[in-house]
Amino acid sequence: MNSALAKRDNFALLKKNMTSFWSIYRQNSMGLIGLVILLVFALMALFGPYLVEITVMAVDGVTQVIHPPTSGYWLGTDDLGKDILAGVIIGSRVSLLVGLAATAISMIIGTVIGIVSGFYGRAVDAVLMRITDVFLVIPWLPLMLVMAALLGPSLGNIIFVIGITSWAGTARIIRSQTLSVKERPYVERARAIGSGDTHIMFYHILPNVFPLIFANTVLVAAVAILSETTLSFLGMGDPTQVTWGMMLHFAFSMGAVSYGAWWWLLPPGICVVLVVLSFTFIGYALDEVLNPKLRRRDQ
Amino acid sequence: MNMRGYLLRKFIQALITVFIVIFMNFFLFRIMPGDPIRVLIRNPRISAGALERVRDQFGLNESRLVQFWIYLRDLFSGDLGTSFNYRQPVLDIVMERVPATVLLIGTATVLSIIIGVLLGVIFAWKRGTRIDIIGLSFSLILYSMPTFWVAIIMVMIFAVYWQIFPLGGMGMPGAFYSSYWVELASQLRYMFLPTITFALILIGEYVLIMRSSLLEVMREDYMLTARAKGVTNRNMLFRHAMPNAMLPVVTLIAINLGFIVGGAIQIETVFSWPGLGRLMYSALTNRDYPVLQGLFLFITIAVIGANFCADLLYRYLDPRVKS
Amino acid sequence: MRLLEVDNLTTYYKLKDGYVRACENISLHLERGEAIGLVGESASGKTTAALSLIKLLPDNAHVMAGSIKIEGRDIAGATEEELRHIRWKDIAIIFQGAMNALNPVRRVGDQIVEALRIHEKLSEKDAGRRTAELFEQVEIDSDRVREYPHEFSGGMRQRVMIAMAIACNPKIIIGDEPTTALDVMVQAQVLQLLETLRREREMGMILITHDLSVVGETCDRVAVMYAGQIVEDGPTEKVFEAPSHPYTRALITAFPNIEGERYLAASIPGDPPNLLSPPGGCRFHERCSEVSELCRNEAPEITDLSPGHRAMCHLLQRKVKVK
Repeated sequence: MNSALAKRDNFALLKKNMTSFWSIYRQNSMGLIGLVILLVFALMALFGPYLVEITVMAVDGVTQVIHPPTSGYWLGTDDLGKDILAGVIIGSRVSLLVGLAATAISMIIGTVIGIVSGFYGRAVDAVLMRITDVFLVIPWLPLMLVMAALLGPSLGNIIFVIGITSWAGTARIIRSQTLSVKERPYVERARAIGSGDTHIMFYHILPNVFPLIFANTVLVAAVAILSETTLSFLGMGDPTQVTWGMMLHFAFSMGAVSYGAWWWLLPPGICVVLVVLSFTFIGYALDEVLNPKLRRRDQ
Repeated sequence: MNMRGYLLRKFIQALITVFIVIFMNFFLFRIMPGDPIRVLIRNPRISAGALERVRDQFGLNESRLVQFWIYLRDLFSGDLGTSFNYRQPVLDIVMERVPATVLLIGTATVLSIIIGVLLGVIFAWKRGTRIDIIGLSFSLILYSMPTFWVAIIMVMIFAVYWQIFPLGGMGMPGAFYSSYWVELASQLRYMFLPTITFALILIGEYVLIMRSSLLEVMREDYMLTARAKGVTNRNMLFRHAMPNAMLPVVTLIAINLGFIVGGAIQIETVFSWPGLGRLMYSALTNRDYPVLQGLFLFITIAVIGANFCADLLYRYLDPRVKS
Repeated sequence: MRLLEVDNLTTYYKLKDGYVRACENISLHLERGEAIGLVGESASGKTTAALSLIKLLPDNAHVMAGSIKIEGRDIAGATEEELRHIRWKDIAIIFQGAMNALNPVRRVGDQIVEALRIHEKLSEKDAGRRTAELFEQVEIDSDRVREYPHEFSGGMRQRVMIAMAIACNPKIIIGDEPTTALDVMVQAQVLQLLETLRREREMGMILITHDLSVVGETCDRVAVMYAGQIVEDGPTEKVFEAPSHPYTRALITAFPNIEGERYLAASIPGDPPNLLSPPGGCRFHERCSEVSELCRNEAPEITDLSPGHRAMCHLLQRKVKVK
């Protein structure tokens, strides 16, 4: 009956919050820098693969392998004579895609477990939080490595593995917020007029934990991108795909370090650092905007 | 006192976690796509008869429950299986690698905590100045770097270009040394780069947490009391602020253990450091599943144990939680 | 010679968009053994005025003008090191009960020993003995010196705070809402204890409070603050019998309900002004029931009403002139 109304109200509120949110965020230089960097990489991932092509550098029919930067090949070549600059640009797409997809999985699992756990409490909460604790305490990289090794190297598996191992922190945060939201009058009211649990969780609690989900997504994304790079580097990536992590994997295993082939090792790494840094910056800015206590301190 | 009850509860929780991990470890290695035995044996042309014999030997013809029981029985008698690669009991291989990793992790952690806390204090004390801003930016950037990549850069600078330190490893195999000191010096040379790299990776977070925690503590009412009492700046820091500000650092050490283990895998891989991390990497590349499984269990239990200890330390340092 | 003489003390807080004029032209004096109450709503500048005396304010606070004399010695220009010796030895403070004024990770006894050892040349052992005596004086079992702040109730913590404040026999004690947040019974006990000790030791006291009943019970004189200024001061009975500033009158008529707390908001409509840009003319004019055109345009001057009783209001000047 008036659920449609409640829904519209909640989303109107969200929209209004978003506008005032942006006016505060805009003043945060760290957050803006992060946003700009991220935008550049997003454009690169979207259009880069249509604009460049990985060519092989050859002089007089001889392939130039592990060649330092020249005028035509700004970042030199790898062990097969392939253009590293083009690789870095093309690699941005899959690298970001894996990171974002894994983040999405992680956030969905984390949010659902957090809300359900906080909403139902008691036994459901106890069991879910026990599981969450287990995921928090198990060393993250070995778990991902073992799972990736068992599932076999593929993009889908990497996404799955990162997503399924990185939700625990989100679940904890969302749960504690849910605990406070569910005590608020409008939830009581919704319950009084006979709204179902699912309805309350989706229309009343979710919009109120949304700012937290938003802020946390950014931090999880940073971790997911780092994880993709690390897993690929350690040989768990899909060898048929170009990602920054795979480039570093091949560079390392082909001995780029002892060649001193900095042009092969630095660019993919720098890209990863910039993307992770941009997420971290945005995360810090969000934290400041969404956490008024921090904001006041800066006065 | 309540302490004992608390300890018992924490201990039981840790035990439950260990049990869940054992359970996961068992099933993870059995939900692999395809017949586990084919993966385990890695010989595509094995005869049906031989396959059946191996299935029997591994107890794979039994029910899952019986299999789990056998697994548990073996586990508690210290049998983690036999490595495909080394043809040795997994436990022996793992134990052999423990000292190298403990040495690396221990030194790097201690180093990073000392330096990180120190820098965090300096930045907090000089907040808003250029030192603080530069320091913070560095911490954030370091924090955003993949561990293995930092290691690669360190090797490239110090071992390839400048050649001050060896490329990797833990010492020259079969080398003879004229004295104990020469041997120690040589070992320190091998240890230096991986340890420093590791510490560098870990420092950022300690700096950030120490800085923010100290800034928070300095705003506390009891700091005003201390100042009103005429306590010197130095003692305000060391006697009043630090004991409070260190508490989140201890918590961080516990949270960080998993991260530290992940770092060890990457650093040992890049520096060919013969520890557990390097073992994990080679087990991964060789698909040496028994080693992988045993190692995973070993590392996880070690982390849970260390976590438990960090929790105890926290209880000891913060009088409020004792009663 | 007066124990404390403060003239035209002015303290501003510097913010991005200007100065918060937290207290302006505060003049106070205090004799040995005398108690003065500093009364006003929250954010009226009472605490800022008191803490300005020994510069216990945040970094962005600036004492702009004024002189502060303790027994004739001007300490307004004292260096940080000189202030350190004046703090607690000459002026000690009892902070609000609700505050976290005791360091949570250090034993309460140690925190008193620390104050003693800074200002008196005492051995650890003697300081410990003195601390035990102080505990007896504030009626706490001296065995409890080894406990931590969280093991004490609110009232008991306030007793510890008092023991700490009198430890070095200060000449002046500032009580910053010492009994706020305690329940009425405990409040009375703590005030009683403070009174006894003050009389025994002939200490001067500045009692900051928003509770006029507390002032009536304990203070010889009272100074009423509004928006950073003292609007009326004088002997307690005189001010209570013949309140001369409209604000003081409002305060007194608001007094007290059963709980011992008055609800100012109910009797004086409006909020205290923003001290970043205080209103022109009389600062109280926006809320004053007897406001006239003069009040909006011109700041009133201080008018002497009777020996020691002064107030700052245009109405009074007219009355005086008429007389």
